[in-house]
Amino acid sequence: MKKMDRNQMAARVAQDIPEGAYVNLGIGLPTLVANHIPQGREVLLHSENGVLGIGPAPAKGAEDDDLINAGKQPVTLLAGGSYFHHADSFAMIRGQHLDFCVLGAFQVSVAGDIANWHTGAPDAIPAVGGAMDLAMGAKNVLVMMEHLTKSGESKLVEYCTYPLTGARCVSRVYTDLAVIDIKPDGMHVVDIVEGLDFAELQRISGVPLKYREAARA
Amino acid sequence: MINKIVPSLEAAVADIRDGSTILIGGFGGAGMPSALMSALIAQGAKDLTVVNNNAGNGDTGLAALIAAKQVRKIICSFPRQADSGHFDKAYRSGELELELVPQGTLAERIRAAGAGIGAFFTPTAFGTQLAEGKETRRIGDRDYVLELPIHADYALIKADRGDRWGNLTYRMTARNFGPIMASAAKCTIAQVRETVELGELDPESVVTPGIFVKRVVKTGAAA
Repeated sequence: MKKMDRNQMAARVAQDIPEGAYVNLGIGLPTLVANHIPQGREVLLHSENGVLGIGPAPAKGAEDDDLINAGKQPVTLLAGGSYFHHADSFAMIRGQHLDFCVLGAFQVSVAGDIANWHTGAPDAIPAVGGAMDLAMGAKNVLVMMEHLTKSGESKLVEYCTYPLTGARCVSRVYTDLAVIDIKPDGMHVVDIVEGLDFAELQRISGVPLKYREAARA
Repeated sequence: MINKIVPSLEAAVADIRDGSTILIGGFGGAGMPSALMSALIAQGAKDLTVVNNNAGNGDTGLAALIAAKQVRKIICSFPRQADSGHFDKAYRSGELELELVPQGTLAERIRAAGAGIGAFFTPTAFGTQLAEGKETRRIGDRDYVLELPIHADYALIKADRGDRWGNLTYRMTARNFGPIMASAAKCTIAQVRETVELGELDPESVVTPGIFVKRVVKTGAAA
């Protein structure tokens, strides 16, 4: 079996983002998706702090402290891009104007619940940012995460044990092992990495998965 | 003659009293009114309730205000960061109360205060810990959580250019919370890079009309 690395995962997500889409990429792993949008495909990237039409990372020395993304990294603005205040930025999110958001996650449940903001540990300082707004607001909530935790437990779960970010909102999950759609009747496997068969994916995932024969080819 | 331009940072923050609720602009460092924050630290008002997206970064601005033990409560969406040490310490010791609010709900609660809205229903956080104890309602086919506005005594914001009527423009993503915070406080104080004559700001480009602003103080580019 060949697990996908972070860039392969990002490239796989980017494949599914069509021309003309308005997209918000979460902090961390999802940010990598921007590097894999095919040349010539116009996709408009949004960031919660008030920018639409984010361009490539600036050259060293060309960073501007006033032009950052939600991860507080320096970015650039494409010709045609725009700035707006925070309430307008979240009107875009909550008002269902974004076609996609891509979030990282600790856990995703069979029903499409996502947990990604808080471990619930008593000594942990909670921080939520825009995750709950994105989970409820984007037309399609995509999750990008490792399939298993460091200790080997599946991050696909029957019920989230970590505090929820949003209920019944995730439409597709991209892991380093598979792509899985979440539908009213449960989790449907779309792709599996080379060298991993469905029975083994099912075994390590620990939740019921569906896989159409026709999709195996 | 209306003249909202005040001569110094000290004068701009002089009347802020202990126990005030203060909206502080900025998202991380972008738009953080650092010069006003330094003036507030020197002024010494205590027992403050502070509203910001974060809870301070590094050793300046809001982080320095927390380190100076002037903050009793913070309302924010994302306190925990690699460089939020002053917040972490004050929070863990119990000196500082935290009200955690989803970022869009935070923005809308501020906007609602400025717009005279008494409360609003948002789908954000429904079914999560952050909606516990709050009124909910099903409207159409969605579930919503009732959220209340955040009114404040003061807003401290950073803009780019301002005139003596208080009209403001911003620079890039440093705009973030500035315009909505300006509308939600009884007294909004803007630090600006540059002050200009009336008419120099293109009226098509004014982002915050002066009606929302009480004081403008020039800091130059450095702050």
